[in-house]
Amino acid sequence: MSMDLSEFLDVFLEECFEGLEVMESGLLNLDEGTDLEEINTIFRAAHSMKGGSAAFGFNHISEFTHVMETLLDQLRSGKRGVDRASVDLLLASVDVLRAMVEGLKSDERPDEEVVSDLTRRLQATIEALPDQAEEEAAGEKARPEETGAKNEEADSAESEAGEESGPPPADPPQAQDAPPSKPRLVKSSGARESSSIRVSIEKVDLLINLVGELVITQSMLNQVGEAILQRGGPEAESLLNGLAQLERNTRELQENVLQIRMLPISFAFNRFPRLVRDLSNKMGKKVELVLTGEQTEVDKTVLEKIGDPLVHLVRNALDHGLETPEARTAAGKPEKGRIELGAQHESGNIVIRISDDGAGLDREKILKKAVEKGLVNGREELSDERIDNLIFQPGFSTADRVSDLSGRGVGMDVVKRNINDLGGTVAIQSEPGKGSTVTIRLPLTLAILDGQLANVGEEIYILPLISIVESLQVRTGNLKSVAGAAELYRFRDEYIPIIRLNRLFGIRGGTDDLEKGLLVVVEAEGQHVGLFVDGLLGQQQVVIKSLETNFRQLQGLSGATILGDGRVALILDVPGLVRLFHETMNRPAAIAAVS
Amino acid sequence: MNGNAAQQLDGDLQPGEGTSQYLTFRLGDEDYGVDILKVQEIKGWTEVTPMPNTPEAILGVINLRGSVVPVVDLRRHFGLAEVPRGPTTVIIVVRADDGKGSVRTIGVVVDSVSEVYNIPVSEVQPPPPAADGVCNAIAGLVTVDEEMIILLDIDNLMVNGVLGRLDEDPGEEPEQCAHNGESHEDQ
Repeated sequence: MSMDLSEFLDVFLEECFEGLEVMESGLLNLDEGTDLEEINTIFRAAHSMKGGSAAFGFNHISEFTHVMETLLDQLRSGKRGVDRASVDLLLASVDVLRAMVEGLKSDERPDEEVVSDLTRRLQATIEALPDQAEEEAAGEKARPEETGAKNEEADSAESEAGEESGPPPADPPQAQDAPPSKPRLVKSSGARESSSIRVSIEKVDLLINLVGELVITQSMLNQVGEAILQRGGPEAESLLNGLAQLERNTRELQENVLQIRMLPISFAFNRFPRLVRDLSNKMGKKVELVLTGEQTEVDKTVLEKIGDPLVHLVRNALDHGLETPEARTAAGKPEKGRIELGAQHESGNIVIRISDDGAGLDREKILKKAVEKGLVNGREELSDERIDNLIFQPGFSTADRVSDLSGRGVGMDVVKRNINDLGGTVAIQSEPGKGSTVTIRLPLTLAILDGQLANVGEEIYILPLISIVESLQVRTGNLKSVAGAAELYRFRDEYIPIIRLNRLFGIRGGTDDLEKGLLVVVEAEGQHVGLFVDGLLGQQQVVIKSLETNFRQLQGLSGATILGDGRVALILDVPGLVRLFHETMNRPAAIAAVS
Repeated sequence: MNGNAAQQLDGDLQPGEGTSQYLTFRLGDEDYGVDILKVQEIKGWTEVTPMPNTPEAILGVINLRGSVVPVVDLRRHFGLAEVPRGPTTVIIVVRADDGKGSVRTIGVVVDSVSEVYNIPVSEVQPPPPAADGVCNAIAGLVTVDEEMIILLDIDNLMVNGVLGRLDEDPGEEPEQCAHNGESHEDQ
């Protein structure tokens, strides 16, 4: 492919993926009831993919979309009623289409057999359109075997919308308690329709950088302005007024520019209706998924990284949380389980909750397992909450059998680690018989951090405010040493290790006298440690800059920022710092070399 | 190194056929040159924020218009004696390609910058094997005005020479790269 075309190829691919998402969410909505507008949306998406792929010469895609389009056209024109079988067929086609589009990137083709099989099924369905022929026969021929069993919902859907109903379901329709009036599972988000432009993320990040610079320049000007005011003069006052206004505008500009990176969380949520639909079919569980707060905005990077943990948690809720319909009926619950996935802003964080109305956690089993694995000793009394949260410990998995859904070696500990990496926390609450709720708390953006400035010698370091428990002056009476080397401090009822930042980082000029500095008690991975610094300065929001861009990651540091005076200050990564500390403790030679 | 070098630029910034432009700078008595296309800018000495557990030669990071840029002391990297920083001390900001698709912006502290020369490729001599031990950092040697200029391969110097050392134990400063000329015969 020539260079100029390949430039457009990226745009085409992106549009394809968007189109696929539109189709998928549209099709899932069709499950709920026929809506001509919805069908039109799906049709348009398929149509533009057909056009685009033909223009690029991807004939296998355009041919396939063409067949899909024909079926969609039948639905659109009302010649065919919307039924579960055709929706299933179209969803399967979307999957194949996605595989084809993904294959374009890696120059692979999806399995020819799958494609031709699906094409055949599509074609059979299309040709079987009963113009005036017997619908029975048509339905039989058209319906592929594996989707045949899945059309319980066909009758609850308002298939009357198209005059004739499609091929009647083979199985007697089961009662389905989905009221047609309930809110759509996937609202084709209004955001997509609002006018927008596509801008590369580099441009946005450049803008953020420049605004960060502007903020620094502005605070420098403020200092100059105040010096001028000291000297007095008629212009000094108006200069200061002007500077105050500049400050307001700059802050507002910064907020708004950071806002550009924010996207609604629906981008992470919109895969779940499909996921839950497929999984519940496979597992013979009945599930209603309720999404709330999809318009809650979150930083693009957070959004990209939260997807996998969420998938894991939702799978878990479905697999371990919800009971089978029989067990639910026996427990006096509605047959259909409920999984709620909600997001909202809470005091500068985004909070995501995944709750199910299933059986809740089996504390006895968790405790037994934890003792087996040596995570707890089994003698101490643990609160219910403590037991529940044991599932996030590394090396913990309660699933007795390894299923297709969970237990693929990716445990809850990985979920927790991923969330911690984003600067967030995760916890679970559970009530036996009533269900569980997992609460994830994440920073709104990875670009800004609430920091506590601390100084060691000449250097200033930033501590994430979220990790600080408290800071205190050292009382020598509480100091203990272990084996003559490790220093411990008695903090409440705990002995916590003291990490001297000046020694760990080899900083010259820091105080070595514990009584002269401050001990900042921080929490890292559930553990308390005391970080010894010279003193604390102010608290401020700092813009996080990656060290990796031009250098590389360093253990114990999560990045750097630029202070008001233009200096660079390093941001401490508390868990990394603790790991670094343990490593150096096991390497006494290096410590001697540093100090 | 003033004035009458044959290749020195006199406002004619177009390099001729088969020539490259090099920015030269001094470290003590030695003259070095870097391909001018690798140079982003030259900036005066500014206070550097030190980074923990990095090799001695990496002084720390500076704020370059909002980017955090590491600064390398070439004297320390080459094992030359330390001198106090004076009014001519500058940071040459280079863009080093790591060969894996990303370009890193790095500041290099030198004693002073000298001139920009147009150097015909044909006049560049290969580096002597002994000097080539500096991690393939030397692209060649050239004589201008009776003075030898050491032409640096900044990509290799920065990515393999300076940043590459980070993978080694930061506790001990490895010197083998700078002093293993004798064992280095494969180039």
